[in-house]
Amino acid sequence: MKQHKTNTELIAKSLKRRHRKQTRLKYYGLFSVLLGISFLLILLGSITLNGYTAFQQTVIKVNVKIDENHIFGDDGKVSQDVMYATNWDGLAKKAFRKVFPEVTDRFQQRKLSDLISANSGYEIQQMMIDDPSLVGKEIEIWVNASDDVDQFIKGRLNVEVPEDQRRINDMQLSWIQTLKEKNIIKKTFNTGFFTSADSREPESSGILGAILGSAMAMVVTMFLALPFAVMAAIYLEYFAKPGKLTDFIEVNINNLAAVPSIVFGLLGLAVFLNFFQLPRSAPLVGGMVLALMTLPTIIIASRAAIRAVPPSIRDAALGLGASKMQAAVDHVLPLASPGILTGTIIGMAQALGETAPLIMIGMVVFLVDIPTGFTDTATALPVQIYIWSDSAERAFYERSSLAIMFLVLFLIGMNLLAVLLRKKFEKKW
Amino acid sequence: MSDKIKIQVEDVNVFYGDIQALFDVTLDIKSKEITSLIGPSGCGKSTFLRCMNRMNDVIDGCRVEGKITIDGENIYDADKDPVLLRARVGMVFQKPNPFPKTIFENVAYGPKIHGLASNTSELREIVENSLEQAGLMDEVKDRLNDSATDLSGGQQQRICIARAIAVNPEIILMDEPCSALDPIATARVEELMGNLSNNYTIVIVTHSMQQAARVSTNTAFFHLGHLVEFNATKQIFTNPSDKRTEDYITGKVG
Repeated sequence: MKQHKTNTELIAKSLKRRHRKQTRLKYYGLFSVLLGISFLLILLGSITLNGYTAFQQTVIKVNVKIDENHIFGDDGKVSQDVMYATNWDGLAKKAFRKVFPEVTDRFQQRKLSDLISANSGYEIQQMMIDDPSLVGKEIEIWVNASDDVDQFIKGRLNVEVPEDQRRINDMQLSWIQTLKEKNIIKKTFNTGFFTSADSREPESSGILGAILGSAMAMVVTMFLALPFAVMAAIYLEYFAKPGKLTDFIEVNINNLAAVPSIVFGLLGLAVFLNFFQLPRSAPLVGGMVLALMTLPTIIIASRAAIRAVPPSIRDAALGLGASKMQAAVDHVLPLASPGILTGTIIGMAQALGETAPLIMIGMVVFLVDIPTGFTDTATALPVQIYIWSDSAERAFYERSSLAIMFLVLFLIGMNLLAVLLRKKFEKKW
Repeated sequence: MSDKIKIQVEDVNVFYGDIQALFDVTLDIKSKEITSLIGPSGCGKSTFLRCMNRMNDVIDGCRVEGKITIDGENIYDADKDPVLLRARVGMVFQKPNPFPKTIFENVAYGPKIHGLASNTSELREIVENSLEQAGLMDEVKDRLNDSATDLSGGQQQRICIARAIAVNPEIILMDEPCSALDPIATARVEELMGNLSNNYTIVIVTHSMQQAARVSTNTAFFHLGHLVEFNATKQIFTNPSDKRTEDYITGKVG
């Protein structure tokens, strides 16, 4: 009689194959995770490597003496007219050229002047406005070097190529060498980057304007999206009668969450700007458009958070004679708030990084002034990055990388806040 | 013990969508007595209980037909507000469900929303009185501001009873109040029910035959959505008139 294998033998035989399969799947998963992490590291690493040099700015020392007639009018008071009529630019360049008295040729003088920032005159003017007592004195001032010099000092300009192919010629190189020997060129912390708005000259540009624009838009988004989303979520969870209409609304909310953001920009352009005639390029409208975009995300998160509260809590309140609204506001919302907050912050983080809708409503502007109100013309951080990345100057490259670092930093900060709030307010029952 | 009828149920049918859960239920519940509802799972006893404070309104697709009157008023009349009804008819649920708030806030919530106390000292009095009635005062008097969710299961259930009493209802519905409790906690809740029946009409759903026999005066046996038998508890347990009741209480089915 044929000997049948027992079940145990059969199972034991298959075990090896089953274990192999499990191990293989485990390694596939591990590989995916490692791949993801390594791409993240490459991304962060390249941005940091490209951007960290923008923390510093090359400056050149200039000795300058401003005559009284450049700033005071006939009456002896500071005169705006006189001040603005003065060729500060020429003054700055002349003062800088005194370091090289031997350069007399006009063409060479132009090349020499190119070493300092084209905005140097403006810097000196600002200094005089801030402190008129400096007038008439011989003062020492560190003005920004031009972006080409700055990039060369930071080692980002290749000077191995033939002279006619580079932005700094041999003569200028020798002048820079002289400046180095005289110890009147150095790198300092780039304060201007954090205190000014955009500029045509990379060395004078900063992200403060963009950060303020973004911050104001976020405030508008928050105050519009959160209350509306929470109310919509409560209505859909507690009051909406199930039926075709409710299903239709539900499907559309889910669809809206997936609509490309530029469509919201077009909507904002058509409705807020053209129909309601709200100010163009303003953080107010930017915030409104981003709120529309964020609304479905927060509604979905809020509904999930409300649904995660055990129904027994709601029943307890209703059983005591609380109205639906009382049950929702007194008991369900407090328990759902960590989830709602997390959803809100994640939605806001998404909105913070959004560029396309802001471009549609005109927040892509070259702006030298820092916005001071919600209806001022402003730009936003991601849009600023977009503008810089589109510019030809080499020095904007490192600045856009540094701006990206800040954007990422804000995003990490917001997500961290979401985690912390969740930890703090989460209750057990 | 009085013979006054508190709740009158006439031809009640309940549907969940297309499925009928209760068929022509008719019975009278007497004032200030304990009435228990027994029967196998899914027989509709909890559904019936929830008809009496209209908690079924909350469930999507649930439809109640027929007439339930409390003190002669039909609670399903169009002009009747379920909020007012639920203040008159308190409910204790199967699983203890205190709010994740302090003990005091749990008991004070009902009086607060209904405006039963005009100031804090009155509110405190109501809370303390309710805890006293629920036999919990001695255990929690020093920690009224602790979270109610930190209490033991039995204590939590008594908090829920105190919370229901605080609104001063006329009727208390209990949906398997002891199913999540151990025998000692169960004994305490049963003792409490006995005391409460002096002042309140109590309707209790239970899976424990012994509990029904111990605490209730009258018992209703449900089977597959039908009220099979409704009689004095003693009668039901010693001499049931229906074969199905007999099979159930003797353990042959269910």
